[in-house]
Order: sequence, then C-alpha cells, then structure tokens
Amino acid sequence: MAAVKFTLNGKPQTVDVVPQMPLLWVLRDTLGMTGTKFGCGMQLCGACTVHINGQPTRSCGMPISSVAGKNVTTIEGLSPDGTSHPVQRAWIEVDVPQCGYCQSGQIMTAAALVGKSNDPTDADIDEAMRGNLCRCGTYQSIRRAVKLAAQYKAKGGAA
Amino acid sequence: MTVVNRRGFLKAGAGAAGGLLVSYVIPEHNLLLADTAGVAKLNTYVHIGADDTVTFTITKSEMGQGPLTALPQILADELDCDWKKIQTEIPSPEPVYGMMGTYGSLSVRTTYNSLRQAGAGAREMLVQAAAQKWGVDKSQCRTENGAVINTSTNARLTYGSLADAAAKLPAPTNVTLKDPKQFKLIGTSVKRMDTAAKASGRAMFGIDAKVDGMLYAVLARCPVFGGKVASFDATKTKAVPGVKQVVQISNGVAVLADNTWTAMEGRKALQIQWDEGPNAAQTSAKIRQTFMDLMPKPGAPARKIGEAEKAIADAPKKVEAVYEAPYLSHSPMEPMNCTAHVRADGCDVWVATQIQTGAQQTAAQITKLPPDKIKVHTMFLGGGFGRRGGSDFVTEAVEISKAAGVPVKLTWSREDDMQHDLYRPSSYVKFAGGIDADGNLVAFTGRVASQPFAGINNGVDRNAVDGIANLGYGASIPNILVDNHPTETGIPCTFWRSVGYSHNTFFTESFIDELAHAAGKDPVDFRRTLLAKNPRMLGVLNLAVEKSGYGKPLPAGHFHGVGVVDNIGSFNAQVAEVSVTNGKLKVHKVTCAIDCGVVINPAIVEQQVQSGIVFGLGPVLRQAITIDRGRVMQANFNNYDPLRIDEMPVVEVHIVPSTANPGGVGEATTPNISPAVANAIFKATGKRIRHLPIRQQDLV
Ligand code: FES
Ligand code: FES
Repeated sequence: MAAVKFTLNGKPQTVDVVPQMPLLWVLRDTLGMTGTKFGCGMQLCGACTVHINGQPTRSCGMPISSVAGKNVTTIEGLSPDGTSHPVQRAWIEVDVPQCGYCQSGQIMTAAALVGKSNDPTDADIDEAMRGNLCRCGTYQSIRRAVKLAAQYKAKGGAA
Repeated sequence: MTVVNRRGFLKAGAGAAGGLLVSYVIPEHNLLLADTAGVAKLNTYVHIGADDTVTFTITKSEMGQGPLTALPQILADELDCDWKKIQTEIPSPEPVYGMMGTYGSLSVRTTYNSLRQAGAGAREMLVQAAAQKWGVDKSQCRTENGAVINTSTNARLTYGSLADAAAKLPAPTNVTLKDPKQFKLIGTSVKRMDTAAKASGRAMFGIDAKVDGMLYAVLARCPVFGGKVASFDATKTKAVPGVKQVVQISNGVAVLADNTWTAMEGRKALQIQWDEGPNAAQTSAKIRQTFMDLMPKPGAPARKIGEAEKAIADAPKKVEAVYEAPYLSHSPMEPMNCTAHVRADGCDVWVATQIQTGAQQTAAQITKLPPDKIKVHTMFLGGGFGRRGGSDFVTEAVEISKAAGVPVKLTWSREDDMQHDLYRPSSYVKFAGGIDADGNLVAFTGRVASQPFAGINNGVDRNAVDGIANLGYGASIPNILVDNHPTETGIPCTFWRSVGYSHNTFFTESFIDELAHAAGKDPVDFRRTLLAKNPRMLGVLNLAVEKSGYGKPLPAGHFHGVGVVDNIGSFNAQVAEVSVTNGKLKVHKVTCAIDCGVVINPAIVEQQVQSGIVFGLGPVLRQAITIDRGRVMQANFNNYDPLRIDEMPVVEVHIVPSTANPGGVGEATTPNISPAVANAIFKATGKRIRHLPIRQQDLV
C-alpha cells in the first residue's frame, strides 16, 4: 500500500491502495464513483475512458501509481451539473444512448475531440472514436452528436 | 373511436398515501400464469398523487430498447397527463405479474391495449370527479396536460387536486379510447426518459450496485463446459493483501476481496485441479462433422406441404446448397454481474436481468426462503440481447453470499463473460429448390441440424427452424418440406437477439437469391412474385427498393443486395450497398423499410433498426465463437471484435405508416442484414457466401 495524491475532478484526492491497482477500480470500488465503466480490462473497448491531464485515457490500463500528481477528470466531473458540457448537451439533444453502458466512455472521448477540433468530419470522428465500442450500435447518433457538440462549443460554452 | 366495455378490467381506489390508484390487467402476465385459468387478475398499477405525479409500474427491463419511454407514452396519451410528471417503477416480482421478464420484442405489443384502457379509464374518473365538483355534466369537461377544464367557465382543476375525490368513485365499466387522429404522444419522437442519467454517468447499472458491508467477488470456473472443481489450494490467494475469503460454490471457487481488482489478482493465484468432464475433447470441427453426418437422414418434420422431394426430382431445374453459421457470444458491454445479500430472514438481489421471476426463483431455491422473501432490484441493463434471460450469474452470487455470510457483488471479467456465455447455437442447413420451366419456385426443402436449448416438440426444435419452416414466401410455394435434427453438443446455448432468425434468415434469403439467379430472374422480381400473398412483406420490399434506388446506377464498384424478413410481428426489408476492393469489403449504406404496425416512438424505432443492423453486421464481418478442447477459444474484444464506428454504414430508415397492432422492433433487423450484404457481395464478385463470418477467400 502507498498513498497516491492526484487531482480528481478539480479536487485534491489521496488514496491508499496497492500501487499497481488500475485507476478504473480505484474510481469504481475505492472511491465509489461508478460513472466510469468496466468493459474489457484490456484497453480494447473504451468504456473506462477518463481524461488524464486533458488526454482521453483508458483507466483500466493505468496503474494508480502513474496517476500521482496528475489531473483526472471523470464523467462525474465533466460539467458542474452533470449534463451541461457541450458534448452532454448534444448527447441529450440527439438522444444518443440506448442501454447507455458505453456512453460515459464515448462522451469522454468525444469531449477530448471536441476540445481540439471545431469542425470534426466523419473521418475525424471515426478515427477518434474507433476505440470506443458500442454493442447497441449508437454510432450513427454519435457522429451526429459530436458535430452538434462542436457547434454548441463554437457558440460559447467551454469544452 | 373504440369503446371498451368489459366488467372488471379496471379497479380503482385510494393509494396507501392518498391519491387515485387504478389497477388494470396486462393480459400477457396472466397468460403466463399457470394457475389463473382465464381469470383476469389486475396486475399493473397507475397512481396519481396529490402533487400531480403520475407513477406507474413497468414490468419491463430497460436495456436500451426504450420501454421506460414508450410504455409511458401509450398510457400518458390516453390519460392526457403532463408528460413531465410521469414516473416509472419496476417492481420486485410478485405472483400477479406472472413470468416477469423482457424478451421476444414483446414490451409494446403485449401492453399496448391494456395501457390505453388504463389511461382512458383513469382519465374518465378524473373527469367524473371534476364534473361533480363543478356540478356540471361530463360533456362540459375536457382534459389537457394533466388537468380537467370546464369548457363553459374555463375553470381548471389539476389531476392531483382531483385524485382523492376520483378515488371514491366506482371504476368505469366502459371507456372510450381516443381516435388515433387525436394522439398527442403516440407516434411522436418523445425524448427518452433515461438519456440525462446515461449522459451524466448517474444511471445505475447492475455492476454499479452498492450495499453496505459488501465484498467484491470473482469466480474461477472450469474452462471446459460441464467440468467441475476436483481440488484446489487457496494458500497463495489468501496471502494477497485485500483478499478476505475464498469459498467454493457449485460452479467454482470464489475469491472475495475489498475491491474487484484484488479479487481478480487473488483468483490468478488460485491453484485448481479441474475435473474436465465429458466435453473435454469437444471441438467446433467435430460438431460440424456431426451435423454433416446427419444430412443424408430425414429429420423430424417441422413443415410439410405437398410432395417437395418428388417435385424437386421432377423439376427441370434443381438448386442445392449447404449453409452454416457458428456459435456467437452476446457480449453486452456490461459483463454479467449480480449483487446478493442473503440473510436468515430474506434475500435481496440487485441485478441487470431480463427475467426477474427467474432471478427470484433461483434465489429462493438456493436460500430455501419463500419467493416473497426474495426482493429483486432491477437495475439498468448494459445490454441484454437475450443473455440476461439466464440466471446463472444470480445463482453464483446468491451461493457466494450464502457461503460467505456477507453481501457480495460478483463481477465477471470480459473473459468470463465471453468464455462462459450461453451461446447462439451453431447451425448447419441443407437446402434444395425446384424451379419449373417458367422460372417459378415449385418446391423447397430444408434440413436443419442445430443444438436445441429450449425444448423439443414432436422431435422439432422450434428455434432451430424458425424463419425456415415458416418462411415468409411459404404461401406461394406449393411443395415444402423442412425437417430438423436437434443435436446435443455439450455447449450451453440460449436466445440471442432474433434467435433462430439470426442465422436462418441469412440462409433462406441467400438461397432465395441463388434460386432467383438459377431461374434467370432479378432477385427482387423473383421475391415479388413469391410475396403476392404476403402484402406487408411485399410492401417493405417495394419501399426499400424504391428508397435505395435499387436497379438504378450506383457509384463505380458499388453493388446492391436485398434481404427481407417477417419476424416478431413486424416486417422489414434491407438493401445493402457494398463494394469489394482488393479483397476488402465495405458496407457503405443500408436502406431499411420497416412495417411494425402502429409506431409509438419513431426515433426509438429508428434507434432499434440501426442497433439490430450493427448487431447483425459484426457476425458477417468476423465475429465467431469456436470450440476446442471443450472450451471457447475467444476471450476478449481482440479476437471477438464487434463492429466499430469506422465500419458503421449509413443506415437510412423508412417506417411504413400502419394502423395494425404494434409489432416488435428490438430484434427485427438483425436477421436480414447478413443476406443483404452477402447478396450484394455475390453481385460484386460472383461468389456466393454460404458461411458466416465471411472469410478472406470469399472476397478474392
Ligand atoms: S475497460 Fe478499459 S478499455 Fe475496456
Ligand atoms: S449504448 Fe449500449 S453499449 Fe453503447
């Protein structure tokens, strides 16, 4: 066990766990933040995507020791009220989720894309999002919603 | 306008905390109850509270297909209530609900009429209560958005303010349903109720359940189907910091720890000797050989019209072909899991399930508690696709909690989920067809070898022949013989989105294409002739053909193929536009026309059409489960890789306007994407695909 300090959704956080324990399980089990999902544990599906220092990262493959001193944002911290980030607004407008299980990961990946691209094309979206599986097949809605989110961001509203 | 007049279909009274409580019958529940003998039991409730909240019980699970939105739409439309005041509750199973579960794309089709009647009945009582208060005739009252309005004074009373008075009135024995032209919600794309929760990470899935004092568990299972623990040594596991307990249950050895990851680490350290049992040498190749060896022998007849074998022998043109499809895993994004808390006096189960009654019965058997002491908390399902109709994960969690004496959350890893699924069975089919001198299909035979998983009737496994024995073209074929060899293989199987149709429609719609070519006809014209007696199936074919521009010029190197199916009470046709370039297949676009009767929510229908197509396309491109040494060879999404966004075709959906009773949607479009793609590939390459998934040699 070792104490690891990092910033979680803007607030200082300390956890005392085995250093190789993946961030995913620290979030879900140690901290009780279940918005970040377990899908494969092998960095194959994107369900566990969070931002580390602004970069979309698969938390299932990220030992907690390497998170020390970094900034972690999860779906719970993406916007103050949980629904007002441009990507979340677009997701709600388009009604993207079906079962919803993959959607935290989809939204975190999309938020990173929209953060750096004002006018993503289908090809940009496919490239950025191909690591996020959706067994319900919401891909067509995701393409629409990412474009809409980029418009929302352009009209103001942080991303 | 429909008037329903049936004594006792509604009952009304006050709720425990006031308000108006209307109970009504969803007949499906009773049909499935063994002991009701035709007695209509009131089994579903809607409650209108003094605060205007409308709460109603839904006995369906939300796994993405939208019942938490579509069912309230039906009720709220007739009730004329404020859509924003609707709340839903999924109850724990009770005998009145019968077999409580979500399967067969039944949610809308079996509740539509009852929900309308309940909404209309409750509305009627609220109007009556308002009329009494104002001392006017009912005809002077109208309703709007959760209030009764006095048409002469414009006075307005909300439903909440009328609920207590309405509760004292007798329930109406007849109610007037809206004319569909008056619908405000039915037929509109109301936003889904569950989106904000799912976009914020707040939605609670089975895997998110939390109980005070719970431990996190994983289970080591025998990799070979039917095997069991011979002996084990947990010394090293118990030395892993954070591991709390190791317990043996019927299906393996469970490791309990203070988090899931530690439990997984502890499991790695277990030393288990397995007794691999009778399937230790089973392989996909052996199973296939068993099926092939059965092909010369007649099976149990599933459908027989005329003298098909003779008619084929006499026909000027004969076509024969063999088709096959592999085992498939469901692999919903949320791996199987269950949280259970067994106590001496009761048991709680938190689970993402498609079969609440099954979960309850399972827990009752293990704990020896009466079913009413088992409370099932239905969580959001991170996908179901038929997998969560099983209760194997409930058995495991309840056994672990009982053995360990603590509340337990059991989580399956992705590998557990893929290697211990209940699979879509593999299937092997031999077809023959006879074509007369005019190019008409005069006889059709199909022999099906597959593994049964839900019973055999008169020698026939209905699921294995669904879509073949009841082929949508059947009414136009004078001679048909379909027979079946139900064959045990030792591999656990179950329902997989669209069940037998998932492979059988690939087989039949590809073979129909072969027959069309043999008859020298365009595949669409050939189908049109055969569908003369199936107008709704013909209707979707014609619409998909028209909207896709089938037969008109396409970009260079692009080709169209069609696939049509009637299943789950609906009809849909798909035209796939594909290209094959240097051995690389791309599906560019799918145009789908669907006739699913009255549509409650077009946007949800469209979602489900897309969803079904994506689900069916992965197994066309590459997904297959193979067996070697009695175990599954695939383990995670690297070797069982579903469709990804960069492979998503543009899917265009056209809904046929209809007044027919609602059909199912969730499973409608999975079956016919595979033949639509394969038939387009045939046009592109001249190669007929008779095996799923498509192999590289099929494309060059
Ligand atoms: S759970 Fe991390 S990528 Fe799948
Ligand atoms: S919405 Fe169900 S897996 Fe994506």
